Amino acid sequence: MDKLTGNTSSKNTQELIIEGAGCASCVGKIEMALNQINGVDSAEMNFALRTVTISGDVESTVLIKAIETIGYNASSANDISDDDLLDEKELADEKYYTSLMRQVWIALGLGVPLMIYSVFGGPMTVETSLERGVWLFIGILCAAIMYFAGKHFYIGAWKSFINHNANMDTLIAIGTGTAWVYSMVVVLFPMALPEMARHVYFEATAMIIGLINLGLALEVKARGRTSEAIKRLIGLQAKTARVVRDEKEIDIAIEQVLLNDIVRVRPGEKIPVDGVVTQGRTSIDESMLTGEPMPVEKVEEDEIVAGTLNKTGSILFKATRVGKDTALAQIINMVKRAQNSKPPIGRLADIISAYFVPVVMIIAIVSALVWLNFGPEPTLAFAVISATTVLIIACPCALGLATPMSVMVGVGKAAEAGVLIRNGEALQTASKITAMILDKTGTITEGAPKVTDFIISDEQYTEAYILTVAASIESGSEHPLAQAIVDSAIEKGIEPKSVNEFQAITGHGVEAQLNGQKILFGNQKLMLKNDVVLNDFVNKAQKLADEAKTPMYLAIDNKLAAIIAVSDPIKKDSTDAIKRLQANGIRVIMLTGDNSATANAVAKKVGITEVFAEVLPEEKSNKVAELQAQGEIVGMTGDGINDAPALALANVGFAIGTGTDVAIESADITLMRGSLHGLADAIAVSKATLRNIKQNLFGAFIYNIAGVPFAAGLLYPFFGLMLNPVIAGAAMAFSSLTVVSNANRLRFFKPKEH
Amino acid sequence: MMIINLLGLVLIGLIIWWFWLYKPAKAVDSRSENITIIVNNGVYQPSRIKVAAGKKTSLQFLRKDGSPCAATVLFPEFEISEELPLDVSRNIDLPSMSPGEYLFHCPMKMYTGTLVVE
Repeated sequence: MDKLTGNTSSKNTQELIIEGAGCASCVGKIEMALNQINGVDSAEMNFALRTVTISGDVESTVLIKAIETIGYNASSANDISDDDLLDEKELADEKYYTSLMRQVWIALGLGVPLMIYSVFGGPMTVETSLERGVWLFIGILCAAIMYFAGKHFYIGAWKSFINHNANMDTLIAIGTGTAWVYSMVVVLFPMALPEMARHVYFEATAMIIGLINLGLALEVKARGRTSEAIKRLIGLQAKTARVVRDEKEIDIAIEQVLLNDIVRVRPGEKIPVDGVVTQGRTSIDESMLTGEPMPVEKVEEDEIVAGTLNKTGSILFKATRVGKDTALAQIINMVKRAQNSKPPIGRLADIISAYFVPVVMIIAIVSALVWLNFGPEPTLAFAVISATTVLIIACPCALGLATPMSVMVGVGKAAEAGVLIRNGEALQTASKITAMILDKTGTITEGAPKVTDFIISDEQYTEAYILTVAASIESGSEHPLAQAIVDSAIEKGIEPKSVNEFQAITGHGVEAQLNGQKILFGNQKLMLKNDVVLNDFVNKAQKLADEAKTPMYLAIDNKLAAIIAVSDPIKKDSTDAIKRLQANGIRVIMLTGDNSATANAVAKKVGITEVFAEVLPEEKSNKVAELQAQGEIVGMTGDGINDAPALALANVGFAIGTGTDVAIESADITLMRGSLHGLADAIAVSKATLRNIKQNLFGAFIYNIAGVPFAAGLLYPFFGLMLNPVIAGAAMAFSSLTVVSNANRLRFFKPKEH
Repeated sequence: MMIINLLGLVLIGLIIWWFWLYKPAKAVDSRSENITIIVNNGVYQPSRIKVAAGKKTSLQFLRKDGSPCAATVLFPEFEISEELPLDVSRNIDLPSMSPGEYLFHCPMKMYTGTLVVE
């Protein structure tokens, strides 16, 4: 295999991707630099592909360094992609399954006939010399089975043992080994044992090896299904891209696309990397990432995202993020990480499994001693059976699998619904949220406000003039309300002018000089602070606020000139989504910097009764702390930019992304789609996953707690019942399979229809 | 009988000592030699690895065990979880770490190893 990564050396050829090679003369320079390295036989560059093929026995890191010293960037093209990794994993799993099944048939081939023989009363004892001969033959056959079908248990047990470690292999190896050794002693030295104890257990050894291999094989199959979601995400990546190089369009592998490459995408093709449209218009289906079913129109300057599907037009775009930097690659990475992280609920199982195996070994010894000291005849046979059964029935696997399997499926399921969960802890806490704070702008509302009303108070100004002044003073501000005013002006053909002495007063508004006039633009607080007389315009503003609009006062030279009202439309499904949250018993609270009249009006429309209005950005996190002090487990939802401290302080921070512009690093949970239904979905998935984990843990604990004493023979004194080691083996093999299957049930989980 | 009981107790004592009390002292130093951690038969080999503190490092893993359990390695403190392909070595980049001991393990903690950062 020559698919070695990074700095391993290999005799074979390797390929590097070169960045920054803009002209044909670079080819000679790069080739020469590489050819000078000791050990390089030849280096050839393909300028169109921007790749260089090197043969010789040199580590890739050396080659990359050599290229970097002459001013280019290089990376190994032999790095394994997610796609390859997945294919290989599937192939490896398939191979593993086949080999396990072969072992199952070998072991059960001997175990089942022996089992049937013993169940139907065939004597499993050694009395005559003929019996001795037959059993000796079967014993040797059994040893062969242990070698061919169970070698991995014994090697694994030994390797772990010398590393001061114990695992499932240890239990199986000692359990089956004890049964076999005892049986061989019976066969070889029957006289050393009392007559009643001359019983062989070869069938147990063969059956247990067969059954546990069968359990493992079925588990491999079932596990494959738990990673379906990530498979689907990885499958979204295009394999090739059509880039324009040297004025020609060529198809190249996706790994070779460089930053700023111009890429062509035709109708029906996947977007290969993230970028900005430079030519053409089209509609793009982003549902695979956001869950949003409607295709999105894209024109020049619009951003497009890798993995989405181009529907109607042919476009050219400039690559802005490639390789591991694309939003899709980051999403895949995040989901993978989250799938393997553990929620706190799983920690107890972790602690237990660390001590589990040695404890079970001790229990087995104690159990054998008790039988030897106090048991009925034949004590030795009972002791061996109880010890074997205890070792075999204990299942650290079920305990260890309980949490990770459910998390794997749950996190994947959430990702399919456009909900990215950062880690296991966020998953668990989200299921316990009691209060949810929603930021108003951009979360409950579209976040794209429009100018709705104009009330001019000073007749000497025209609407056009007022708009010019307002747009000019706001053009430097990044506030969404400011943007609405600037947009409205541009729409009417008004160019904003430049202002002097611009000053933003947090929580109040802005102040500046324009044409020698002092302009104030902001809320009532700003006007009062500057002694601007408002008269009955306060009532007019109030009326606008009652209609869920945001009124802003414009004063010229400390004299009120106009009120401009801006309104931010509520997202069409916000009301339904908020109802879903409330139906879950969650206290929903709206938080906004807006005035309380506007805030209350919006809240009323969407069915929220608690409102924190006129909250300054830096006070947002105080509100989170206030609720936490009341004993609430607080979820905070915002757009992830100005809400960062509040998101960080909340028990669970939800960042709401519009489209695929995801703020992946900022929040515990990221909603890729703008709809608030994502919140309710996230909580529903978390609850379902936690329920699933609890079922698994309960099952695994009960199984081990009940199974072990039963196996030790606790029922014998009362009912004369002794558990057969073969049944213990079957129970053990299927307990972990049960856990994996239960986790798989989560795949069918559907958040409530909306 | 007395001897058997004593033997049993000694065995229990040995189990406790071997699996719990015994602390391996030797750790392989990744700074002085190029190491590949072999993942096979239920163990990481070597399983105690010294790395330098305050510096980004990388470790090379090579999985030889087909069991799905061995297919992922986790470094929980650093939120790292990486797939290990079968029979293909893979480099895992580690961030710069402060001195201490950190566990790395498979999702079920059957394979465990320790990073000794100093």
